[in-house]
Amino acid sequence: MAAIELRNIVKVFSDKRRGRDLLTLDNINLDIEANDFACLLGPSGCGKSTLLNIIAGFEQATSGRTLVDGKQVERPGSDRGVVFQQPTLMPWLTAIDNVAFHLKLKGVAKAERYDRAMEFIDLVGLRGFEHHHPSELSGGMNQRVGIARALLMNPSVILMDEPFAALDAQTKLEMQEELVAIWQKRRCTIVFVTHSVDEALVLGNKIVVMTKRPGRIREAVNFDLPRPRDITSPEFNDAKRRILSLIREESTRLAQAS
Amino acid sequence: MTSVTDAAPAKPAFRLTRLFQGLERVVVPALLIAGWEAFARSGVLPPALLPAPSAVLHALGDWVFGFDETTQTYSGHWLRDALASALRVFGGFALASLLGILAGVAIGWSRLFEKTLEPTLQMLRPIPPVSWIPLAIIWFGIADKPAIFLVFLGAFFPVLMNSIHGVKTVDHNLVRAGAMMGASQRQMLTDIVLPAALPSIFAGLRIAVGSAWMLTVTAEMVAVKSGLGYVLWDSYYFLRYDIVLAAMISIGLLGYLSDLGLKAIMARTLRWQTTTTVQGRAG
Repeated sequence: MAAIELRNIVKVFSDKRRGRDLLTLDNINLDIEANDFACLLGPSGCGKSTLLNIIAGFEQATSGRTLVDGKQVERPGSDRGVVFQQPTLMPWLTAIDNVAFHLKLKGVAKAERYDRAMEFIDLVGLRGFEHHHPSELSGGMNQRVGIARALLMNPSVILMDEPFAALDAQTKLEMQEELVAIWQKRRCTIVFVTHSVDEALVLGNKIVVMTKRPGRIREAVNFDLPRPRDITSPEFNDAKRRILSLIREESTRLAQAS
Repeated sequence: MTSVTDAAPAKPAFRLTRLFQGLERVVVPALLIAGWEAFARSGVLPPALLPAPSAVLHALGDWVFGFDETTQTYSGHWLRDALASALRVFGGFALASLLGILAGVAIGWSRLFEKTLEPTLQMLRPIPPVSWIPLAIIWFGIADKPAIFLVFLGAFFPVLMNSIHGVKTVDHNLVRAGAMMGASQRQMLTDIVLPAALPSIFAGLRIAVGSAWMLTVTAEMVAVKSGLGYVLWDSYYFLRYDIVLAAMISIGLLGYLSDLGLKAIMARTLRWQTTTTVQGRAG
């Protein structure tokens, strides 16, 4: 049994103001195995974030079945940790309180909450900043808090929606490396949405290439280049060429169709 | 905006800036008062119609401390008058805050309350609170109650509107994050929506405390026989403009102090927010 099973997912958004329906996801079938680092790769507007939101339970598919650990997804839940595009932290809480928020909701006592949150603060390298508010931290640091918050719930899958898109190039590289290190250390299943081929190839061991609207799965490629990955190596470039050609075929096809 | 080079001058220059920062707040009031004093003493207007600041200060001093009975029956009774007004402000404001926040959060949170409660309240809102005075008098008589009722009306709607706004504009993604972490509906309200709406609620409370003073004084001019507003109106009948001005100053001062108190509570509660002016953030 795969960790995530998507069966015939269709999503139609009804645009009431213009009185027409928009087919966003067209018959998505996908299996993501436990401990996979799967990257959903596609251009903006291809429905990859919508697909992630359906797995998270934030949105309902128009038809089709979404199973996580064999259970049908009906609503959001702490078995699926989400890292948002913007950090989306509670601005009135300090870093440690944000990380421990899930435990507070469960009624865990403060000392134990902090004890367990500190482990994840350490994991994302924020020791010394645990009592800072989000407004006092940089974008990259806030995104680390968001990652620690998702990890603390010990979810069966972690869903990430372009979490590094707003970061500068250098911070982004650093965060990518750390995320891979965390994934290797903690053995978790990650679904990572991105529009960057490089990012997908640096991070993922499974690259799911999606087509432009309506979103379909063009191809799901396993990518087992050993880590740490050298983005200047011939192997990396070969893979990049293959993925780019998949995307280019798609745009040529679209151009011819229109 | 202060640039980096401006921010690190030599020490003496820095002290001079500090001195000026202390003074800059008093420059305008000092000039205004000096001009007024000079104009009042020039004799263009009779002193009874435009008392000089010194005369107003004299009246205020006697009203507060009762040293030479220049304010006649009010001499030494300032505290009693101020307390009467302050209690009405406090009563009406507290009631308005409580009900305004409750109703506002309910309307912002639930479709049911929005549909049932909001249209009625929005229809009552444009009616100026002072136009309720005749009804307030026949319902509550001439005493504290009509004043508290008016203060309530004036303070309720700003709190209500800002609470509704605060709850409705909570970042949708924070709610999603809460759901992701397993928040129940009740926890969503108490642990996410309410704290997120607090800045907006406080903005409403600060507008409300201003309205509260405005309406207390109005009510005291018409429907109550005590308080700063009553002294103001009564002195007007006796052409004691020095006392009228002393009452105005007292009201301004107390209104300012209540806002300052509210601001202090807000600063403590919303410590996570950076609350300075846009220009102030640089320095």
